[in-house]
Amino acid sequence: MTPNSGTATSQPYEAGYAESADGRVYTVTGGDWEDILGHGEQDAERIVVNMGPQHPSTHGVLRLVLEIEGETVTEVRLVIGYLHTGIEKSCEYRTWTQAVTFLTRADYLSPLYNEAAYCLSVERLLGITEQIPERATVIRVLVMELQRIASHLVWLATGGMELGATTAMIFGFREREKVLDLLELITGLRMNHAFIRPGGLAQDLPDGTERAIREFLADMPKRIREYHKLLTGQPIWKARMVDVNVLDAAGCIALGTTGPVLRAAGLPWDLRKTMPYCGYETYEFDVPTRLEGDSFARYLVRMDEMGESLKIIEQCLDRLRPGPVMVADKKIAWPAQLSIGSDGMGNSLEYIRNIMGTSMEALIHHFKLVTEGFRVPAGQVYTQIESPRGELGYHVVSDGGTRPFRVHVRDPSFVNLQAVPALCEGGQVADTIVGVASVDPVLGGVDR
Amino acid sequence: MTSQNGAGRNGFDEDAASELVVSGQARQPGRQHDAFGAGGTGDTSGFGRLVAPVPVLESSQRPFGDADADAVYDALERAFPQLGEAVERVVHDRGELTLYVRREALTSLAQTLRDHPDLRFELLSSVSGVDYPDDLTGRRLHSVAHLTSMTYRRRLRVEVSVGDDDPTLPSLTSVWPTADWHEREAYDLFGIIYAGHPGLTRIMMPDDWIGHPQRKDYPLGGIPVDYKGATVPPPDERRSYS
Repeated sequence: MTPNSGTATSQPYEAGYAESADGRVYTVTGGDWEDILGHGEQDAERIVVNMGPQHPSTHGVLRLVLEIEGETVTEVRLVIGYLHTGIEKSCEYRTWTQAVTFLTRADYLSPLYNEAAYCLSVERLLGITEQIPERATVIRVLVMELQRIASHLVWLATGGMELGATTAMIFGFREREKVLDLLELITGLRMNHAFIRPGGLAQDLPDGTERAIREFLADMPKRIREYHKLLTGQPIWKARMVDVNVLDAAGCIALGTTGPVLRAAGLPWDLRKTMPYCGYETYEFDVPTRLEGDSFARYLVRMDEMGESLKIIEQCLDRLRPGPVMVADKKIAWPAQLSIGSDGMGNSLEYIRNIMGTSMEALIHHFKLVTEGFRVPAGQVYTQIESPRGELGYHVVSDGGTRPFRVHVRDPSFVNLQAVPALCEGGQVADTIVGVASVDPVLGGVDR
Repeated sequence: MTSQNGAGRNGFDEDAASELVVSGQARQPGRQHDAFGAGGTGDTSGFGRLVAPVPVLESSQRPFGDADADAVYDALERAFPQLGEAVERVVHDRGELTLYVRREALTSLAQTLRDHPDLRFELLSSVSGVDYPDDLTGRRLHSVAHLTSMTYRRRLRVEVSVGDDDPTLPSLTSVWPTADWHEREAYDLFGIIYAGHPGLTRIMMPDDWIGHPQRKDYPLGGIPVDYKGATVPPPDERRSYS
């Protein structure tokens, strides 16, 4: 820190200061690109443009540093971390069950996928995968597929808005709201549900769920046709997307890109088919693919996937049979039996009567599970599931204690964002917006 | 299952457990718990089901009893003659195969894993750091890579451990370009240095951050909260049970 002395300080961008009647006044000056680049005549056209980290056309707090010559983007660098909240570290100071509440907030457009992948990992560590009740697994698939539709609708809405198609935005958010209503009915919350828990689910479906979902199933195909009518043949939509931001399958695999981006490049790699979990191998659905590998192909793949999700949801409803939704092992199963009381949601009176008056064992289990949680045998697992954005992997390590030793989220958005320079370099500035949108990154998952 | 034959409760043999290690992390022999942490006495419910066989520092016995894991290891033995020197130990646990690899051999082994027609691990799914402060080998920082073979639909975990004093291992970016950001994250949060990485800079934390936040000795932080006259301590200062 030096007094203001013109430009002749040892560090060019050090903040100078001057004393005034009100105290010390600092002068902070920014760097001048001329000084940094020192470029000559040959690249006088080269401009470095900063986009973000709060640009309305980026998905959340993503910062892009573009190097452009005229209208052509020659280099793209992505800067992330603005939303880093240390979710992984926080989990190490909570019980195995409490960690769900943190992890659901990672990728906030597909929270149930975070919960499912984490709970599947914990269940594999516990060795209770086989004991998860059938009904719990079916409901997990049901809510995950509902959420896939919601997530793709947000992509349609925000992606459309970024291209100036505000009707797409209104349509997308309108139908997404219907999905969120269903999820609110089922889980109690629109987002960040903490509904899937190690061992099963927080609670069973409420009355009237099936009717509400069937109404949605009847309505949604009409809506998808509406989107196709609005967008698929529309010249501006196609001009912005066809043959733009092409990435082939080999490039996708080298860069680790999975999900709709990879399937739009022709490889039918969908973990629900290729490495099934939650009984996906017993459901009938197709994996939509395209060969073009451009932004338009990614749009079509996501549109088709919504239709496939509707098929799966319908099969889930047909399969629902009454039964428990939490593992029978009382040393693991979350003990609470929730019901709506006079003062909001809480434990049901019947349950309180049971643990306080009848069963000492149940009281002990309740007390132990809520205060310290259960122990998980030492070891490590990696569980991967197909989230709306690609492979969502959880690397979970236990040291045998009541808290996760380490939870690492392999978030598809984080990995897929690496492909953005490959998509956008050599294109126009406006295509960069399309490129970022077509990858569908969610920065909550990227930064965690 | 009784103490008459020398084994402790739940079949836990204390004599054979002089060197218990969980993925390199030391565990005190004889501190085997059930789900609620009860040791030799206390739990009268007869619940012993959560007691796990604690993995030891030795390799798993072959065959692993898992067709995919055996196929991967057989193919690797054929494709990579120096396997015995490259791999410190092999653990097959919960259906997942883990190779603990010496860092000197990592790059050539990775190239073989990706390219050999019987292996074909085309996709590097993830690289994550794990910090085991009590690692018996003294190499507390582990870099764990998860590979996926799209051709054979198999997974493999490759784990390399390095010490605090020399936290360097070769980068996988030359084999799988996707390792770029994964390794930047592990460097940022654990301080693992990947030699040969094209631009190993911080990715989550600001560039001028000091320290590596996800190491176990880095405090979580937080402030105590007053609630109706009582004080709730920050999460890392609350009572812990394990």
